[in-house]
Parts: sequence; C-alpha cells; structure tokens
Amino acid sequence: MPSYREEFTKGIFKNNGIFVLMLGLCPALAVTTSVTNAFAMGMAASVVLICSNVIVSALRGVIPKAVRIPCFIVVIATFVTMVDMVMKGFFYEQSRALAIFIPLIVVNCIILGRAEAFGYKNTVFRSFLDGAGTGLGFALALILIGGIREVLGAGTLLGYPIWLDAYGRTVFQPMTGLVLAPGAFIVVGLLMAGFRAIGRHRRHPQMDQVTWE
Amino acid sequence: MNLQLILQIAILNLFVQNFVVQRFLGLCPFIGQSDDKHKAIGMGIAVTFVMTMASFVTYLLYAYFLVPGSWFLRTVFGPGAGITEVGLLDVLVTVSYILVIASLVQFVEMFLRRFVPTLYRAMGIYLALITTNCAVMGVALLNTTDAPQDLGLTGAVLQGVFAGLGFTLVMLLMAGIRERLEYLNVPPCFKGAPIAFLCTGLMALAFLGFAGMAGLG
Repeated sequence: MPSYREEFTKGIFKNNGIFVLMLGLCPALAVTTSVTNAFAMGMAASVVLICSNVIVSALRGVIPKAVRIPCFIVVIATFVTMVDMVMKGFFYEQSRALAIFIPLIVVNCIILGRAEAFGYKNTVFRSFLDGAGTGLGFALALILIGGIREVLGAGTLLGYPIWLDAYGRTVFQPMTGLVLAPGAFIVVGLLMAGFRAIGRHRRHPQMDQVTWE
Repeated sequence: MNLQLILQIAILNLFVQNFVVQRFLGLCPFIGQSDDKHKAIGMGIAVTFVMTMASFVTYLLYAYFLVPGSWFLRTVFGPGAGITEVGLLDVLVTVSYILVIASLVQFVEMFLRRFVPTLYRAMGIYLALITTNCAVMGVALLNTTDAPQDLGLTGAVLQGVFAGLGFTLVMLLMAGIRERLEYLNVPPCFKGAPIAFLCTGLMALAFLGFAGMAGLG
C-alpha cells in the first residue's frame, strides 16, 4: 500500500495527465492562450475531479460493475453542471472565455480514467488525495503551457505587458503565432518531449546513451 | 436551406474552423489512432456517423425539451409556469447530452452488430471509444447552446456531417505523415506523440491559410 504522500504526489509529475499519460489534451491546447484562462480551467477540472473521485469511491459498494461507466458519467456530469453554474454566476467573463470547454470537462478522459482506475477501487481518503494530486498536476501543466504562450505569444503575463524597458519601450516583439492554433500544438509537443527526456534520464540514466544511431 | 448556406457550413467546418486543428476537439483519438491509415479511416467514419446522429438527436432534445417555452415544458407544466419560463438549459444540458450520446453509441453498436456485421467488424472497436470523444459532445454544444445563430435541424445535421468529414480529413493527412515518420531518425524523446504534435502544429499553420475564406458567405 503506497503512503498517503505518494498517492498525492504521483499525479503531479510521474503520472502527469497531460505530458505523460496524454489524456485531457483538448482543454490543454484550447484554453491555454493566457495564464488566467489556464488557471480557471485547471481549478474547474480539479474540483470536478476531486468531487467525482470521492463520490465514486464512497459509492463503490453500491454501483454494480456492469453499469459502472454510465454511473461515473452521471456523477461527473452532475459536478460539471454545478461548476458550470457557479462559474456563470460568479465569474461570468471567465466562463465566456472558456466557452464550451467547461461543459466538455465531462468528456475529459483524465476524470473518467481516475474514477475507473482509482476511485472505484480505493478508500475515500485515498481517492481524495489521488484526485487532488492529479488535478494539481493537470492545473500546473495548463499554467505552464498558458504561461509560455502568453509571455512569448502575447508579450503579457496575467494581462500586464512585461517586455518593457525602463522607458516603457517594447524590447521584444511577441510571436503572435504562439497564441494561435499552431503555437498550441508546437508548445505542447516540445514540452511533452522535454518531460520525456527528463523522465527517461531519471528512471534509466543508461538509456540516454542509445540516442542517435 | 439554399446551396450557398450548405457550402458555407461545409467549408467552415472542413477547413476554416476544422474541429481538430483549429477548435482543438477530438485530440485524444486523433493522436491515439492516427498511426495507421486503416485505423484512421475506421475511426473517421465511425466519428462522422456518430456526430451526424448526435447532432440530429441533441438538436431535437434542445429545441423541443430544454429551451425556455419548449413544447415539452408547455405541455407538462403549462405555458405560464415558472419552469417553462426559465427552461432546463442550465441544469440539464451537460447531463442529458452525455447520456444521449452514450446511449446512442451503445445503440448504434448493438444495431450494427445485429444487422450489418461487416460494418461492425470494420468500425466496432472504435465505437466504444467515441463516447468520451469531445468532438461529438463539442458538435452538439456548438449546434445548440453555443451556436452563433440558430442553425435549424438541417443546419445542425449538416454541421455534424461536415465536422465529422473534417475530422476524417485531418486523421487521414496525419496518418499519411506518420507512416513516413516511421522511417525517419527522430530523437527518442520525440518519438510518437511529441513529433505528431509538431507536425499537427505545422498542419494547423497551413489551415490558418483558409482563415481568409471565413467571410465567404
């Protein structure tokens, strides 16, 4: 039985949903045009992930195995609806910016995947930790992508221009392409390769020798 | 529905606002299934089929059940009732759409297995994966709640068809590219998904060229 700490931390780096498992890619590319959007999406998905993991785990003795997937989907859809309504009620501008990607959390493979692979088999507290860790890993990945795209693509950070010198002149011409669709794919592709290079080096240092043949 | 409108929907969904490379929907099957031409075409056909059916069903659900003052609410609760005025959109869109899509996929799978076994053998394995494909849910939302203007049933179904065909087009292009990538000497950390993402990025750049056609209508 892994320790509680391990349950929490494994979702952040080792099994990072986006860069390692490659699940939940659509929001990772679509809403990461700015750090603010990435943060909002990360929080919304994390809340759904934690709540659905806890509820699925609490009901794991009640849900029959044959119909478990539809049951998970209903639980997840319920929390997505709640998050959607809260966002519309309190953060209207933000929910307009994320548009269809808030209701689309319901088809995010990470959430269904965690409910199936972890929540359905483990205790409530462990499922909570797993959900929180996976959610944090997802949110951090989104913020990383969003940060790169906003700083290099729009020249701002959290909406404030940052490439200014002491006299208020722009010292760096932003690469607009990074905010558009192609930039999203290229940034995610490069980050994914980077994560793999680091992960490979950590796990099997000797494998680095067999690179170019 | 005139020809010009049909063409507009077709070009918009195939090229200008392509579901995969411009709207970022359906990326998981796109990356997961595009390493082989046969898989790509099987997945593409299955997705097109389900998207068309889902567009039809969810539009009816939206127009006759969920919107404020819909036929269902008027007959069940009466024309002036509070729930008829508010509608069920906020509360039920996500839950009802995903249930409809999931049961539709299940139904199509059962129907094909029973009546068209050859087609089932060709695309059966992909059908199970489609429930959690965000392109299907995405087209349902873009047809109804997030549509810029009311598309009508025909418009919704056409959008479903062409969005699915756009998905198939990009899947096939990508499968062609990835079959060639097999023979290239790619650094190990780029093998598979990362290099596929970089190629998709370049493809998206090419698709940006279609943006000028946006004002076509």
